Amino acid sequence: MATSRRQLLRGLATVGAATAAAPGAARAAEVRRAPDDAVGMLYDTTLCIGCKACVVACAQANDLTPERGTYGQGRYQAPDDLNENTKNIIKLYTEEGRTAYVKQQCMHCVDPACANACMLGALQKREFGIVTYDASKCIGCRYCQMACPFGIPKFQWSRYSGKIVKCELCAHRLAKGQLPACVEVCPRQAVIYGRRTELLEEARRRLREKPDLYVQKVYGETDAGGTQVLYVSHVPFEKLGLPDLGPESVPATQRAVQHGIYRGFAAPIALYGLLGALAFRNRARPDRPEGHGAGEEERP
Amino acid sequence: MSTYTHAQPRPLGGPVLAGPVMKGLAGLAALGVGVMIWRLMAGLGAVTALNDGYPWGIWIAFDVVTGTALACGGYAIALMVYILNRGQYHPLVRPALLTSAAGYTLAGLSIVLDVGRPWLTWKVPLYFWSWNLNSALLEVALCIMAYIVVLQVELAPVYLEQARESRIPRLRALAERALPWFGKAMPWIVALGLLLPTMHQSSLGSLMMLAGPRVHGLWWTPWLPFLFLVSCMTMGYAAVVFESTLSARLFGRPQETRMLGSLSGVIAITVALYLGVRLSDLAWRGKLGLAAAFDLPAVMFLLEMALFAAPLLILASARRRERPASLFAAGMLLMLGGGVYRFDTYLVAFNPGPQWSYFPSVPEQLMTLGVVALEILGYVFVVRRFPILGGMPAAPAARS
Repeated sequence: MATSRRQLLRGLATVGAATAAAPGAARAAEVRRAPDDAVGMLYDTTLCIGCKACVVACAQANDLTPERGTYGQGRYQAPDDLNENTKNIIKLYTEEGRTAYVKQQCMHCVDPACANACMLGALQKREFGIVTYDASKCIGCRYCQMACPFGIPKFQWSRYSGKIVKCELCAHRLAKGQLPACVEVCPRQAVIYGRRTELLEEARRRLREKPDLYVQKVYGETDAGGTQVLYVSHVPFEKLGLPDLGPESVPATQRAVQHGIYRGFAAPIALYGLLGALAFRNRARPDRPEGHGAGEEERP
Repeated sequence: MSTYTHAQPRPLGGPVLAGPVMKGLAGLAALGVGVMIWRLMAGLGAVTALNDGYPWGIWIAFDVVTGTALACGGYAIALMVYILNRGQYHPLVRPALLTSAAGYTLAGLSIVLDVGRPWLTWKVPLYFWSWNLNSALLEVALCIMAYIVVLQVELAPVYLEQARESRIPRLRALAERALPWFGKAMPWIVALGLLLPTMHQSSLGSLMMLAGPRVHGLWWTPWLPFLFLVSCMTMGYAAVVFESTLSARLFGRPQETRMLGSLSGVIAITVALYLGVRLSDLAWRGKLGLAAAFDLPAVMFLLEMALFAAPLLILASARRRERPASLFAAGMLLMLGGGVYRFDTYLVAFNPGPQWSYFPSVPEQLMTLGVVALEILGYVFVVRRFPILGGMPAAPAARS
């Protein structure tokens, strides 16, 4: 009886230990920083006039089908939201006489949840920290959509063979020395392109120069571990659909737990060895016709 | 594992599709298969109510996340028999492995049909140079694929024993040669069959950790992997009680009440562990107050707690543990409780924003029902044709 109780405890401890230890490891979450050459965009709500030229230019530059929305009885290329034909959109916020436009596209996170989720690395942070998409490695599982706290990746629901659609900062245009399409056409330079460090400086300069106009915060500087697309605004960021995510990146905890369990794959291998050894010792043998734990058979 | 202990398992014999229930299940299965074909031809948008806010629906939350946990009977019982050396539960191993194999195979089929481009699924195991080792989903996918194979290997002796009775001499000889080999290798196969569910059932919890900011505070915790692992064990044990009681009733076999009664002591400990960790974590992180909000998540949370606590109360009494009806009720409640917990974590607790909503479309529901029907039909087919169930005086003695 003493033996079997010890076995019981050992068995339970074995199985439980790996996962139970993991949340403790979460406290030592790894912090990732933007690459030195990180590029990005800075959007300023006080400059945007909501002309939506960037929405049209984006669709053209990325070969997306022009999408009509409900606005103007569907006469205009003005989609209602980001979707399988829309990687960039301008939305309007109104409340108590205050209005603000807001531009939505991929935030190009410093530590992107989508790339952390992606099984084969179809979504990956590549050159200049741009989060790009490689359809040949995507089977359409849509875990990126579950993971992204900004709700950016969209799926081609209407297609027989659905892929993911999201802003890639016009990486194909940057490679040719051109600007991202939305930046190029903006008549008010409400959205500008540049190195992330320089954009941060510019954002801080604007906050300093007009302290009464702006909310005193650059969204994306530290939010969710930092993003490469930055925002300055005259209305609170939550109102614009930019959630308060705290300074820790979204994948940090999950990755710490995952690494806590699977560091070097040592725990699974050790567990396998232990399980195999126990199963081998407890196996049924011809000399023990009652099989496993014959001694316990008679317990009431 | 060993095939020569306890009452010899025997095929029950008899027709598979006898009676209105089986015929009804066959009809549901046919409808489900119809939806599968339609989905392959028309795409996800046409068949499902899924959208960019709720990209995962019941095919993931029920068929995969809940289905594989209900199919953890093989895992839970193998853990008892082979690791904790409780040989008295051996007669429960084969039926439990069979339910696991059926459940996992169909969960695998559901995932393949749920992804946008099913015909590219082969890339996941084969593009090893592209594996993103941070992805909990990669781990789940690889483990489930491997486990489906391992379950069939664990069941191989069942098929081989039947082949030994075959009229084809060559098949008989093959079975005779292969069986001892499986006997020798089985501890190491069993160990793999225990390692894989430990890994992917906990990773099913890790999956939703990444959706963190959009997951309700009553469900999101760094303990998700642990809670998913423990709850898959409670569901696995409960499924064994359920399946054993039901097959005893349906196939007119002796009840395994004494065995199940002592097993339920283990179930009670596992349930207590789940409730203890769940509630102390919520209290520790100061989220327990959310349960008093009287909104949908709070109500679902309280329902979960009731579904876990009630069976614990039932199983706490030694007298009730000896009554088949109480055992069966406790098993049902636990399967339901664990199922609701998983369903909630993936759907109710997930909030992509007020502009999004999701309710499964009729074809989605039909496919899920069809998958369940296929599982039951598969189980009945195998127990009638192969030596799974023991404790029968002689075969074939089944009534249908």
